[in-house]
Amino acid sequence: MTANGIGAPVRRKEDFRFITGQGQYTDDVVRPGETRAVFVRSPHAHAKIKKIDVAAAKKMPGVVDVLTGAQLATDKVGNLICGWMIHSKDGSPMKMAPHPALAASTVNHVGDAVAVVIAETTAQGKDAAEKVVVDYEVLPAVVDPAKAQAKGAPQIHADVPNNTIYQWHLGDQKAVEAAFKAAKHVTKLDIVNNRLVPNAMEPRAALADYDAGNDSLTLWNTSQNPHVARLVISAFVGIAPEHKLRVIAPDVGGGFGSKIFIYPEEVVCLWAARKVKRPVKWTSERSEAFLTDAHGRDHITRAELALDSNGKILALRAKTIANLGAYMSTFSSSVPTYLYATLLSGQYDIPQIYCEVDAVYTNTVPVDAYRGAGRPEATFVVERLVEVAARQLGLDPTDLRKRNFIKNFPHQTPVIMAYDAGDYNASLKKAIELADVKNFGKRKRESARHGKLRGIGYSTYIEACGIAPSQAVGSLGAGVGLWESAEVRVNPTGSVEVLTGTHAHGQGHETTFAQLVSERLGIPFESVSIVHGDTDKVQFGMGTYGSRSGAVGMSAIVKALDKIEAKAKKVAGFMMEASENDIEFKDGKFTVKGTDKSVGFGDVALNAYIAHKFTGAELEPGLKETSFYDPTNFTFPAGCHICEVEIDQETGKTEIANWVAVDDFGTVINPMIVEGQVHGGIAQGVGQALLEGAVYDANGQLVTGSLMDYTMPRAHDLPSFHVGLTETKSPSNPLGIKGCGEAGAIAAPAAVINAITDALGTEDIAMPATANAVWQAMQKHPPKAA
Amino acid sequence: MAKVSMTVNGKAVTGDVEPRTLLVQFLRENLRLTGTHVGCDTSQCGACVVHIDGIAAKSCTTLAVQCEGQSITTIEGLASPDGKLHPMQEAFRENHGLQCGYCTPGMIMAALDIVRRNGNSLDEHTIREQLDGNICRCTGYHNIVKAIEAGARAMAK
Repeated sequence: MTANGIGAPVRRKEDFRFITGQGQYTDDVVRPGETRAVFVRSPHAHAKIKKIDVAAAKKMPGVVDVLTGAQLATDKVGNLICGWMIHSKDGSPMKMAPHPALAASTVNHVGDAVAVVIAETTAQGKDAAEKVVVDYEVLPAVVDPAKAQAKGAPQIHADVPNNTIYQWHLGDQKAVEAAFKAAKHVTKLDIVNNRLVPNAMEPRAALADYDAGNDSLTLWNTSQNPHVARLVISAFVGIAPEHKLRVIAPDVGGGFGSKIFIYPEEVVCLWAARKVKRPVKWTSERSEAFLTDAHGRDHITRAELALDSNGKILALRAKTIANLGAYMSTFSSSVPTYLYATLLSGQYDIPQIYCEVDAVYTNTVPVDAYRGAGRPEATFVVERLVEVAARQLGLDPTDLRKRNFIKNFPHQTPVIMAYDAGDYNASLKKAIELADVKNFGKRKRESARHGKLRGIGYSTYIEACGIAPSQAVGSLGAGVGLWESAEVRVNPTGSVEVLTGTHAHGQGHETTFAQLVSERLGIPFESVSIVHGDTDKVQFGMGTYGSRSGAVGMSAIVKALDKIEAKAKKVAGFMMEASENDIEFKDGKFTVKGTDKSVGFGDVALNAYIAHKFTGAELEPGLKETSFYDPTNFTFPAGCHICEVEIDQETGKTEIANWVAVDDFGTVINPMIVEGQVHGGIAQGVGQALLEGAVYDANGQLVTGSLMDYTMPRAHDLPSFHVGLTETKSPSNPLGIKGCGEAGAIAAPAAVINAITDALGTEDIAMPATANAVWQAMQKHPPKAA
Repeated sequence: MAKVSMTVNGKAVTGDVEPRTLLVQFLRENLRLTGTHVGCDTSQCGACVVHIDGIAAKSCTTLAVQCEGQSITTIEGLASPDGKLHPMQEAFRENHGLQCGYCTPGMIMAALDIVRRNGNSLDEHTIREQLDGNICRCTGYHNIVKAIEAGARAMAK
């Protein structure tokens, strides 16, 4: 390991610009003559648009134009799409209703955009937006996914009977039924996985610039995957052909999934920029973000676990209703299906699993992937079932887990996934030690002396990351391949640029990727730059989500570095008049085997470009290589989180007394960054468990529509975390990386709720377990004295 | 339009603004000091924290005209003119107190105010309570708390 190589907690390259206020986020980019877009949005959850009158708005000061959905349709701007086909169990394709970027005839959720004002300033745009008169005929709305399929429920889209998008299933229903019949014990749970608002701190933004001379468009956009944005906007929305559209995602202030998707606003900015022949910028306000950013989770599930008399799990079954909101967002269909049911085996050897999922439309904001995406929902089902089963059987919850852990790899689950490596006992054991579980009883008695309840909860989670082998996901309905690309450019002076198709929005790729290159080429960390987020620079890329950037993105860099080394050896061979087969490369030096003849990496780089030592017939000049890496399998990060809570019986307030996380992420490139990812993930998971929840009233008004109403975790809501690692390398990629970005958010909710229910002595508590919810639970089920 | 003049990061500035212009808009749009961010519209997140006459304030809830004659410090004004980072900036980098960087300027400016009010020896509880006005979605606060504790200590040197 070099000082800044793999495994070193290197301080981040990107930090200097952020701590000095020199980051360049989309709203910081200014184009000459730029205008501002302000959207006119529906105040109704469901309504017909009878008429829109923009005459008065157009006369307002500073207004450049006012555009409506009717004009968008006239200009034949295509609809937004969902890119993952799911088939129902009867073989019929999912029912994807049209999603225009501006609604022309019907609005389907509060916040659905119907018109856009283009003005000199945002303030003038807002004033003018007030003058747009929309005549709505309000229709009845359906907001509760449990009621969406009911007879007589309001129908949201034509050709989607019962608001049902698909009725999908996975697993062997008959075998599961037989296993349940034979079981000695069955644990049943009704679970609501609460709806969340991602709330990346940087609100979404888009800036579109039209170059009339070249008939081309540039879009600066808060995107986790600029190439995918360009592809969808070109191929489906049809704004411009791919080679006439450049998408730049500069510094992006957090994503957590919400910036994967292609949204109406960026489409409208591009369309409007061409119409008004001036740059058009839109920056979301936070309250607007609540009404337009794709939300997360929102599952209702009945789950059951069958066990024999020895506590061996025989089967699991789940029936889930997934709320996808008013329109199908870009990857929404995959989240409650292949990212969810495929993880229902958890860390356990479960012979039979069956899962049914009905996805429904409601008059709410679209729902799509949010940190973890399907895997937190699966983990919550499995880890709650296991914990409750242990309590019902009078077993220690860690004992029940150990009896059922998968111990031999590879392990084929009954729900598609083939786990390739792991040691679940090791992470559980280490977590138990770090959490000082053996003295929990003492701490519980101490809490009781102060009138408080103490509980401990486990979550031994697994996730599928490294998304994903293209052929595998293609067979499951994905519209794209999920490989990653890299280009390594060695400059004549020996410095290196790596162009990656992944995108960093907090993950520190500029640092970790440079660590890899520095170690591999033996050059200073400072001599490596990572370039990402610009379709004109990077050849192609699938972006960053699903904890894929290390496992897939860095693997692509490794492949390109392999090619660089191979070519550099040829150059070195010519330089030292030796066969390339006799050249060894180590610590930045090319040496002729068995001799003291050597040349440095910088010398070889220069010679590759000046090309004085070889002819063009012998070797192409230059030192630049590209790679497209397609993974052979998913990766399977797993671990154990232990949460200890203390509950105030007077107020119902839960305090997290201790948090231990022991994760197996395979190879760790930068432990400092990995720990940071775990911290942030846990915070979001604790937020879901204790504080956060998007609430709609019966009419479809979002009650939690601002940071005044939606509780984000703050510093005093959280403890410091104790984070440890175990390591089994992933055999599915050259570096052995598994991925770490989502683990905390996946593991945490079950750990918190298992701890709270342990303290309260009742399973009857839903997320978020606010002080009020816990207090209500204690009134209903008075806790026994400790 | 209203005329406004103030000192920003040690330099005298003036501008003609609509009276409703917020300080953060004046900083970002008129002065192109884009290090100060807007993360919400309800004065909750603290991404916009700057110092007005040495005291932390949310620039999203302050009108530019209210700052007539006052002295504003933004994140761009913290490092020494020779480029040497302020100890609190250095502490955020050293302790990995930031990920996406969006909340960071507000966090650092708020941290300095915590030190001003509570001194250089800060315990975890104090820091967590005092950070109530700033939201971070990336870090889980763990490393921000460490950074502020270390930064406060370094400032005493």
